[in-house]
Amino acid sequence: MDKLNFKNYRIEAENICVDYHGKVALYDANLRLKAGQICGLVGMNGAGKTTFFNALTGFVNISKGKIRINGESLKIAQQDQTIAYVPQIEGIDSQFPVSVWDVVMMGRYGSMNILRSPRESDIQAVKDAIERVDLMELSSIPIGNLSGGQRKRTFLARAIAQRASILLLDEPFAGVDIRTEKLISELFIQFKNEGKTILLSTHDMIHVREFCDLVLLINKTVVAYGETSEVFTPENITSTFGGMSPDVLFGPES
Amino acid sequence: MDLCFLSTNITSFVADPLSHEFMRKALLMSSLVAAVCGFLSSYLTLKGWALMGDAVSHSVMPGVVVAYALGLPFSLGAFVFGVGSVALIGFVKQKSRVKEDTVIGLVFTGFFALGIVLISKIKSNIDLHSILFGSPLGISLSDVKQTVLISLLVVILLSVFRKDLILYCFDPRHAKTVGINVLFLHYLLLTCLSLAAVVGLQSVGLVLVVAMLITPGATAYLLTDNFDNMTIISVISAIISSIIGIYFSFWFDLETGGSIVLVQTFIFLFTFLFAPRYGIFKFKKIIF
Repeated sequence: MDKLNFKNYRIEAENICVDYHGKVALYDANLRLKAGQICGLVGMNGAGKTTFFNALTGFVNISKGKIRINGESLKIAQQDQTIAYVPQIEGIDSQFPVSVWDVVMMGRYGSMNILRSPRESDIQAVKDAIERVDLMELSSIPIGNLSGGQRKRTFLARAIAQRASILLLDEPFAGVDIRTEKLISELFIQFKNEGKTILLSTHDMIHVREFCDLVLLINKTVVAYGETSEVFTPENITSTFGGMSPDVLFGPES
Repeated sequence: MDLCFLSTNITSFVADPLSHEFMRKALLMSSLVAAVCGFLSSYLTLKGWALMGDAVSHSVMPGVVVAYALGLPFSLGAFVFGVGSVALIGFVKQKSRVKEDTVIGLVFTGFFALGIVLISKIKSNIDLHSILFGSPLGISLSDVKQTVLISLLVVILLSVFRKDLILYCFDPRHAKTVGINVLFLHYLLLTCLSLAAVVGLQSVGLVLVVAMLITPGATAYLLTDNFDNMTIISVISAIISSIIGIYFSFWFDLETGGSIVLVQTFIFLFTFLFAPRYGIFKFKKIIF
């Protein structure tokens, strides 16, 4: 891509590598996403999906390659609250003594003063976000008392309150109830219309077909990347999952 | 008549020790130390840093000895070695295949042993017993000043960065994503831990200071689902334990540090059994 086009990409990851104490978790990975695109991140457990997210949020340092967010460095993206990360439900301490409201307010911390004292606008943003995920009546409840789906919605609300333009979602549909699944699906369509860029990891092949414009198949590195209709083929999926037949993964009709 | 006798007894139980200056000082200082440790305790228990607390409190030992020998404030030596030990733990963990808990155990026992050897070698008026088991009844004026200053510093730091520290304990990845300096918060919490270990050392001694740093927080965690309430309960239970512990130690001639920690442990046990929601015998709803 030439320099002029550079700014057009929300996310631009170029040949990134991540290693943990000498063990390679991800190498030569590339990704380019524009505004309004939804991309599915598909791979086995240990294929480097969470590592990819960690690299894009800056939670781990990349050992090689380059990440640009809106054409700027990751540090600027962090300061500008550009990226929101919605964790897997298992990845958080559900017994931590905080309420739904507290968690959603954490989405505003990055743009508050040092004491993190909420302004009127922060309170309004939190209210709006909680309303959008339909948890208003539970806003003072400790997160330990929520169901898995309600907890997932809480963290989605945090990302909404943050007003991020890039959403990274780790297994958004894992372990949630039907109502939450429906609500998340509707939100995805709204996010897309608002021009947000979404990268989501999932095990569910049906969700990829349903929501994702693009798909990124990884197994330590990129196996295939492109439009879902072109790239999401049984052959590619088989090689992503180390030779396992796609029939096993999502039924014979595919 | 009987009732009158009883009430006189209780009054003298409470009032008699207060007629001694060293007891008034011990009660005040230990309450202050307990409050600071209790405040920090709610962060440490949620962060899962109990072992880290143990490591840091043991590692400050050579620092205290060296500082005494050089005539520096002992808090400075303790601080350097406390933070140093954690840096070393991080370094060894990263550069070797040895598991983290092994590295923690290895480093802090090494520092502790160094401290003991130093005490036996350096001619000074440091009393090994008072370092190991505390000496709240024999606190000097300069110790009082230092304790008050350090306590204030820790309370101010924990208050100013309260929300960031909660977020750091809860979800460091989100903190990083929104541009909050996670490394700074990590060392801030470590610094507070080292400083609290130093002040706690005077009250209950190096061996038991980790109890001051985790037991009140663990007790509070069983009683509430709200972080602010958890901190308040933690601080109150720590202060009460200190006061009761010192009274018992006065009247029954017990080792003061052990007595304070034992009261904390009993309060925890009682909570563990009878906490309304998270106790073994559950009672209806949560209080807070």
